[in-house]
Amino acid sequence: MTGFQYSAPVSVEEAVALLAVDGKARLLAGGTDLMVQMRSGRVAPSQVVDIKRIPGAIGIRQENGGFVIGAGTSCAALGEHAALCAAWPGVVEGANLIGSTQVQGRATMAGNLCNASPAADSVPALVAAGARCLVVGPQGQREIAVQDIPVTPGRNSLAPGEFVLELRLPARPAGASDAYLRAIPRTEMDIAVVGAGVNLVVAPDGTIIEAHVALGAVAPTVLLVKDAGAALVGSKLDDAALQRMEQAVSAACKPISDKRGTAEYRKSIAAVLARRTAKIAYQRAGERS
Amino acid sequence: MSKVYVSSVVNGDPVEFLCDADTSLLDALRDELGLTGAKEGCGTGDCGACSIMLDGRLVCSCLVLGPEAEGRQIDTIEGMAEGSELHPLQRQFLEHAALQCGFCTPGLLVASKALLERNPDPSETEIRFWLAGNLCRCTGYDKIIRAVQDAAAELRQERSVA
Repeated sequence: MTGFQYSAPVSVEEAVALLAVDGKARLLAGGTDLMVQMRSGRVAPSQVVDIKRIPGAIGIRQENGGFVIGAGTSCAALGEHAALCAAWPGVVEGANLIGSTQVQGRATMAGNLCNASPAADSVPALVAAGARCLVVGPQGQREIAVQDIPVTPGRNSLAPGEFVLELRLPARPAGASDAYLRAIPRTEMDIAVVGAGVNLVVAPDGTIIEAHVALGAVAPTVLLVKDAGAALVGSKLDDAALQRMEQAVSAACKPISDKRGTAEYRKSIAAVLARRTAKIAYQRAGERS
Repeated sequence: MSKVYVSSVVNGDPVEFLCDADTSLLDALRDELGLTGAKEGCGTGDCGACSIMLDGRLVCSCLVLGPEAEGRQIDTIEGMAEGSELHPLQRQFLEHAALQCGFCTPGLLVASKALLERNPDPSETEIRFWLAGNLCRCTGYDKIIRAVQDAAAELRQERSVA
């Protein structure tokens, strides 16, 4: 960690200008990844641009029935927001699985997303939710889907000077809910071997109208498995539908074998995990109809 | 490289210090302000020995840059006792022998206090999950958990009397 300039701009324009100075500027949100990367020497930025003093960068607001989450908002703050927890329990439980209480106090979902780890715990539920990012940069602002941010492990699609300012969760109809589960060999403080996020909209009679299934740690980026969602639509989450979903999940997985698990293990656990997650989301949706 | 001027409130007192941009808040507290209670165990946010409160939130000070503290409120282990009177958590840690080498103790105390402020009557499971980011290689944790439970009971008692 040597020799960078620190700045804490109070406007988007100022932050964009600082980040665009050279290719070696890095954005600081919660710092739980960046600080570790700088300390290990993996990154050596020329500039560290702290975005947390930009108005709106920290906080959760309700807008058009949905939620807007500032990029600097800590995961701990998400868990304390009753309305967000009620509408998007899966998104919040994914975010709240990252690290310890101390890490929760600083870590952000936007950082988790832009750090582009395939195992990022907050991302599958965000993808299943159809969340979008407000990206600001030298060319102005644009809105893109969450799944368009990660490109390969550790690399995101943002151009120089660009950064995510907000995450946006859509409005929620009645009978809608979500869930996130991950498999780890311990009970806490670990990185997902596999993660599964499921987001459902269920009609009053129990029929699934809309279903989105996203998986973490089974491919270079988080996967939105369209066939898995489609397998559930029109069903009441009966066993046949769940089996079709499991087949779609297994077919979509392209995992690697590493110290956390073999490719075969990941493939098989992904199907089990998606099934369990779907059941939780379905039950929660029933409670909200 | 020029130093960054930082002014913040530490344990209720306004303070000013100069630090390099790349100094962690932990190093700034220890080296610039002489507050050596918070310790560096891992430097990567895994061990919790550097736990402090930043604007009322429990964080690892090794993962915060010194300049980020500008205008912020910081509470450290040094602000926990009232003069010579120990906080009930500190007393119960001694009572239960919930420490051996003591390196993790300031972090565990700060983290436990943060827990009891939001949850005066935590279950054993809640205590263990809350403190999962504070590593202790001496005690095996049981004594720590019991100390926190007894301090919680004591604080609830105080509250009901007051």
